[in-house]
Amino acid sequence: MSDLVQQLVNGTVLGATFGLIAIGYTMVYGIIELINFAHGEIFMIGSYAGLALYTYVLPGSWTGNPWVTLPLVLGAAMAASAAVAVLAERLAYRPLRNAPRLAPLITAIGVSISLQEAVRLFYPGGKNVAAFPRIISSGGFTVGGVTVPWTSVFAVVAAVLTTVALDRFVTGTRLGKAMRATSQDRETAMLMGIDTDKVIVLAFALGGALAGVAGVIQGIRFISVDFHIGFIAGIKAFTAAVLGGIGNIRGAFVGGLVIGLVEALATEYLPQGAAWKDVWAFVVLILVLTFRPEGLFGEQVAVRA
Amino acid sequence: MLGGRSARGRLRIAVVTAAVILTACGSNKNETQKGADGSGSGKTVKIGVIAPLSGPLTALGVGIRNGADLAVRQANEAQKIKGWKVVLSAEDDTGVPDVGANAATKLSDDKAVVGVVGTLNSSVAEKVAPILNNNHLVMISPSNTNPSLTQGTDPNHKARPFDYYFRVATTDAIQGPFAANFAYNDAKKRNVVVIDDKKTYGQGLALAFKGQFEKDGGRVPTVETVEPDDKDFSAVLSRVKRFNPDMIYFGGEYPAASLLTSQADQQGLKVPLMGGDGIYDPTYISVAKQAAEGDYATSVGAPTDQLPTAKAFVDAYAAAKYPDPYSAYGAYAYDAATVIISALAQVLPDQKSITDEVRPKIRQAVQDGSIDGVTGKVSFDQFGDTTTRILTVYQVQNGAWKPLETEEFK
Repeated sequence: MSDLVQQLVNGTVLGATFGLIAIGYTMVYGIIELINFAHGEIFMIGSYAGLALYTYVLPGSWTGNPWVTLPLVLGAAMAASAAVAVLAERLAYRPLRNAPRLAPLITAIGVSISLQEAVRLFYPGGKNVAAFPRIISSGGFTVGGVTVPWTSVFAVVAAVLTTVALDRFVTGTRLGKAMRATSQDRETAMLMGIDTDKVIVLAFALGGALAGVAGVIQGIRFISVDFHIGFIAGIKAFTAAVLGGIGNIRGAFVGGLVIGLVEALATEYLPQGAAWKDVWAFVVLILVLTFRPEGLFGEQVAVRA
Repeated sequence: MLGGRSARGRLRIAVVTAAVILTACGSNKNETQKGADGSGSGKTVKIGVIAPLSGPLTALGVGIRNGADLAVRQANEAQKIKGWKVVLSAEDDTGVPDVGANAATKLSDDKAVVGVVGTLNSSVAEKVAPILNNNHLVMISPSNTNPSLTQGTDPNHKARPFDYYFRVATTDAIQGPFAANFAYNDAKKRNVVVIDDKKTYGQGLALAFKGQFEKDGGRVPTVETVEPDDKDFSAVLSRVKRFNPDMIYFGGEYPAASLLTSQADQQGLKVPLMGGDGIYDPTYISVAKQAAEGDYATSVGAPTDQLPTAKAFVDAYAAAKYPDPYSAYGAYAYDAATVIISALAQVLPDQKSITDEVRPKIRQAVQDGSIDGVTGKVSFDQFGDTTTRILTVYQVQNGAWKPLETEEFK
């Protein structure tokens, strides 16, 4: 029994990070129907921004106190990721807003490679795996044979809090309403006086900020970062977004959880599970798309004439 | 309106500038090489390098390139090959087999290239070796350890698949059992969970370890396989924990290994992890920190900085002021390049140019050659394997790899 619970815990923790990144994919897709393949790298930038603040800015005497350093590191990561996401939108995607769909998609791949290479070439020691500071102690607690590290507690709490905050923002504020309107029909929203350019920038910024949080979670849990982490995380998160119904924020988070849980349970209960867990994650995706092509929670994308 | 337009113009300029800077950085290396190429008098011969110069295994790959580069520089300074100048042509394989295959094709197309130092990964070598072999380019790997590269896939009927492939590293058929004997006899481990990363290197090493460890009388309750690019190993470790192992043996490389050992620690699975030369890297400790204490690694050869023969190499490397350390294989790459250079010194002085008739002669000179390298005596058996079968066990003590024992495996 404790095996099952332990794997459920492992899966939830893993899935929460996927979910957080998936929200960025889903928000951007929901509004401009672009699969922002650079989103994984924006997550990676968040990790590095947190690391840079801790290494180069924070005075050494502060670094022992997680209550001070953690919010600062999170803030730096969110700001950097949001800034890079907005910059990518402004420089790479906006000029192609009305181009055929393939053009921005390829551009997104280009942005992704550029960001990876930029970190590899210009971040000190960026070529290699870099150690991430142990802001949260590596210990944990054990209940009934189930071990939960504190870092995992932080991961789930941070992921859930940011997702709920975002969900409140989108459903409960005027700006959020403008976002939903733009996502339903951009032209009509524009005719109603909504500054859709601003809304699009906002979507990139919010998605980026969430990816920044995920970046810090990643760093804290895996005590290391490298310029390559965005790739796998991006693919898993994209899968999660499609699974949950692309364009749907709650769906993206749940999709992330489902993928995390499938991976953990496959590792435990299927023969050679750890080797094949990615396969099972994609099998679930294929099954869902076969029987429910709009994803678990249904797509929410612009209606195009 | 006007302001808006000029702002857009400025943005464009910024983007173009950034692009130019990026491209300039990317091509720096080639330009310096071209400069070296043109400045020498006489004829030019090239030695290629195929190693990961970007990607997660960069630290090891750059060490290989620099080691080979140092050998080439010294050969030119000493004018080892009469009338010829050696130029290094380094290609990035990013640790990915297909990228390595492209690099091999590119080097084969350059008729001035006669030999290649590399690759780092056995999985990349599986794609690279056939291409270089068909084009009659000598390949000497400083680090490939998978046995099938020299002895074929059937261990009962050894057959050399590539005549032009050599290596200065000891194979996993020796490294795995060496580790198993140490684990059983010296570390007194009896119940070891084996994990591999499904790469050619990791899987081969893990199986070789398991075979010998069970022969010694130890127990391997389960073999697990993980994705090398994964970060979260908590699920597989939760499973492993229930077998109550007294050690984990990991066939794989340091990026995954450092996370495995620290996550095992977090899950309360406080047993040492042991691995092969793939985890023997300072990064393993700098990432895993406290969790790495007490972990073991085996590596091919004797520790570079403790070899009396390697002192000259270590000093020359420091004097050459490379920005990156020589890492685990720099000295081996240096020896590999030196073997090629001394073969060239025998063959090339009589030649006017590099023709197809010269290549088999170079290969033969490498096969028959024997040099006193910085890592010890370097010569090859009939399969292209090194005749030196020295291995070392290291342990992490106080945040650094400490050699425990160096032995010749029989």
